[in-house]
Amino acid sequence: MSIAIDREKCTACGLCRQVCPGSLLYSDGQGKTFIKYPKDCWGCTSCVKECHFKAIKYFLGADMGGKGSTLYTKEEGNLMHWIIVDFEGKEKIITIDKSKANAY
Amino acid sequence: MNLETKTLKTDVLIIGGGTSGCFAAITIAESSKAKVIIAEKSNIKRSGCLAAGVNALNAYIVKGQTPETYLEYVRNDSEGLIREDLVYTMSQRLNSVTRKIESLGLVIQKDESGEYVSRGVRNIKINGENIKPILAEAVEKTPQITVLNRINIIDYIIKDNKAIGAYGFSIDENIFYVIYSKAVICATGGAAGLYRPNNPGYSRHKMWYCPFNTGAGYAMGIRAGAEMTTFEMRFIALRCKDTIAPTGTIAQGVKAPQVNSSGEEYEKSYGANKTFMRMYSTVEENKRGKGPCFLKTSGISKEEEEELFKAYLNMAPAQTLMWVEKGMGPSQENVEIEGTEPYIVGGHTGSGYWVDTKRSTTIEGLYAAGDVAGGSPQKYVTGCFAEGEIAALSTLDYIKGRENVDVDNNEIISKLNEVENFLNEEAVIYSVEDIEDGMQKIMDQYAGGISQGYAYSQGKLKVARERIDELLELSKGLKAQDMHELMLIFEVVDRLFVCKILIKHLEERKETRWRSFQENIDYPQKDDANFLRFINSRYEKGQIRIILRNLVRRDDIYEHRH
Ligand SMILES: Cc1cc2nc3c(=O)[nH]c(=O)nc-3n(C[C@H](O)[C@H](O)[C@H](O)COP(=O)(O)OP(=O)(O)OC[C@H]3O[C@@H](n4cnc5c(N)ncnc54)[C@H](O)[C@@H]3O)c2cc1C
Ligand code: SF4
Ligand code: SF4
Repeated sequence: MSIAIDREKCTACGLCRQVCPGSLLYSDGQGKTFIKYPKDCWGCTSCVKECHFKAIKYFLGADMGGKGSTLYTKEEGNLMHWIIVDFEGKEKIITIDKSKANAY
Repeated sequence: MNLETKTLKTDVLIIGGGTSGCFAAITIAESSKAKVIIAEKSNIKRSGCLAAGVNALNAYIVKGQTPETYLEYVRNDSEGLIREDLVYTMSQRLNSVTRKIESLGLVIQKDESGEYVSRGVRNIKINGENIKPILAEAVEKTPQITVLNRINIIDYIIKDNKAIGAYGFSIDENIFYVIYSKAVICATGGAAGLYRPNNPGYSRHKMWYCPFNTGAGYAMGIRAGAEMTTFEMRFIALRCKDTIAPTGTIAQGVKAPQVNSSGEEYEKSYGANKTFMRMYSTVEENKRGKGPCFLKTSGISKEEEEELFKAYLNMAPAQTLMWVEKGMGPSQENVEIEGTEPYIVGGHTGSGYWVDTKRSTTIEGLYAAGDVAGGSPQKYVTGCFAEGEIAALSTLDYIKGRENVDVDNNEIISKLNEVENFLNEEAVIYSVEDIEDGMQKIMDQYAGGISQGYAYSQGKLKVARERIDELLELSKGLKAQDMHELMLIFEVVDRLFVCKILIKHLEERKETRWRSFQENIDYPQKDDANFLRFINSRYEKGQIRIILRNLVRRDDIYEHRH
């Protein structure tokens, strides 16, 4: 399970580094974030939700049947958009109203 | 490398700023003027089990139910071996702590009359994605509480058999912490990563339980000689294949039964509907060549499928990503299920500290709450809150009139040396990862892991015991280049201590009480006459002493005899 960080998009804000429950994220020489222990990632998406610059993408490892799709989030007021992009670039957006309970 | 020593003093030290730790801190601040330090190895905003969110509140007394019926459910599900006093006092608080978390901002669904909407007999519906940030925010705006993030706690400070604080270190700076307190609450959660996991390669941490809860609280207690209970009741979760995402959402949400590869509903043919039997029946179907097993979802509507997508994003996003990526959701394809590797987790089963009714451990001044505390299964989130609250109120009683006590400087220096010895650039043969692989392989093959269908024999346990002891010896020679690596060393050592005690408990329960969870091939039957009692242990002078204890009834107030 892991995440990939796009160095170009990372603005070195540092927010993601503060929330990882495994403290797996560190700053490189220029304040940009890298994942120091990729195999230790739990896949909780805490860092993904923290990044406002779409720099962190979440994916399934090939050993779990991952096929190269990625997932990131965008918050808009009470709405949380979950954006899944497959390897051909096709998007699926699932929007969750945070003020409502799960149906299940 | 040399570390700088920093000494802090507070009234109550809470180790672990997770579910029960945060709730305990809030309770103390609301009920007193006492000062609190939360020492947390990562950052309380998303640390521990709640990081990705939770699906529902699994323990709530819905209309028509009572704390007595909840107790009855837990007793039945655990084959009678529970501390009724603990389960009952927790149950009595489930609804008030729920109102509390709602007041802090958790979204809970209500019907027109203002009643919470239930999902089944004990669950209520929520939006649990942000439950941890909500708790953290409440903690952070309370001036009485000081949060120390990214401090890994390693051992208690004990003087005259009392807990008077804890040692730890920063994972960022070269600082060794000595934190004194009048009372300590341990809330470090359970232990994952003991056995070889479902995805042993690149995705090794894609497990159900929080992989960063490495049993530190258990290990600190073991090393300090605290009495531990029921480690042999492991928790093995029935989960979605590969993603190891929870199955309850599907099973209860769209009422999907468990079916084998021929589409037969097999669960009932194995008898009683208990948590461990849902697991055991699935293992058995596979053994009989009837696997793989599934949750029968194909045929659910597209709307139901979309709701499942959302429910999983709020707790286990990998599952939704998997469905979408495959282009095949649960309406088209049944969801394959498998058992996880065994965990030690007192919020689901009975493993953990042996506590009295007030949640005091057998070490004076040390309290335990949540997954680290034993005797009280099926706590879940709200039960952990309830225990955090009880432990908090008990510490307030305990610290009345007490002063901080210091420990002898020589003791501090010897602990510091122990830590600094690992911080050494010297080249060594074994890495943390090697020791971890060794441990997980031994536990898997000789102490009833996935590869053994969870079963073990006395002969195999003997091998496991010897090999874990060897690894404990080897671990003394590990070296770390930086503070994060130092934490990794302590994590693996803690897990080895948990394994050591677990193996002894498995050897001592010469019956099979909870199929799969505790499956002794040499003693395949349940034996109430000899074993409807607790197996407890204390680690003293390098030896494990076993203590058998009787059941404690609902209205008893259990006290330790120090
Ligand atoms: C994936 C998952 C989903 C779940 N879903 C539900 C659900 O839908 N409904 C429900 O009711 N229950 C659910 N549960 C159960 C429930 O979440 C747990 O029982 C509960 O959160 C445990 O609380 P805790 O306080 O014991 O541990 P945690 O909340 O995990 O807190 C332990 C804390 O201790 C810290 N820590 C550990 N070691 C150290 C150390 N050495 N030094 C300093 N800090 C340390 C950790 O970082 C963590 O912050 C779920 C559990 C999991 C794992
Ligand atoms: S949150 Fe995003 S932008 Fe900020 S440091 Fe992390 S990756 Fe970079
Ligand atoms: S997904 Fe979770 S565990 Fe993985 S790097 Fe991000 S915050 Fe850390």
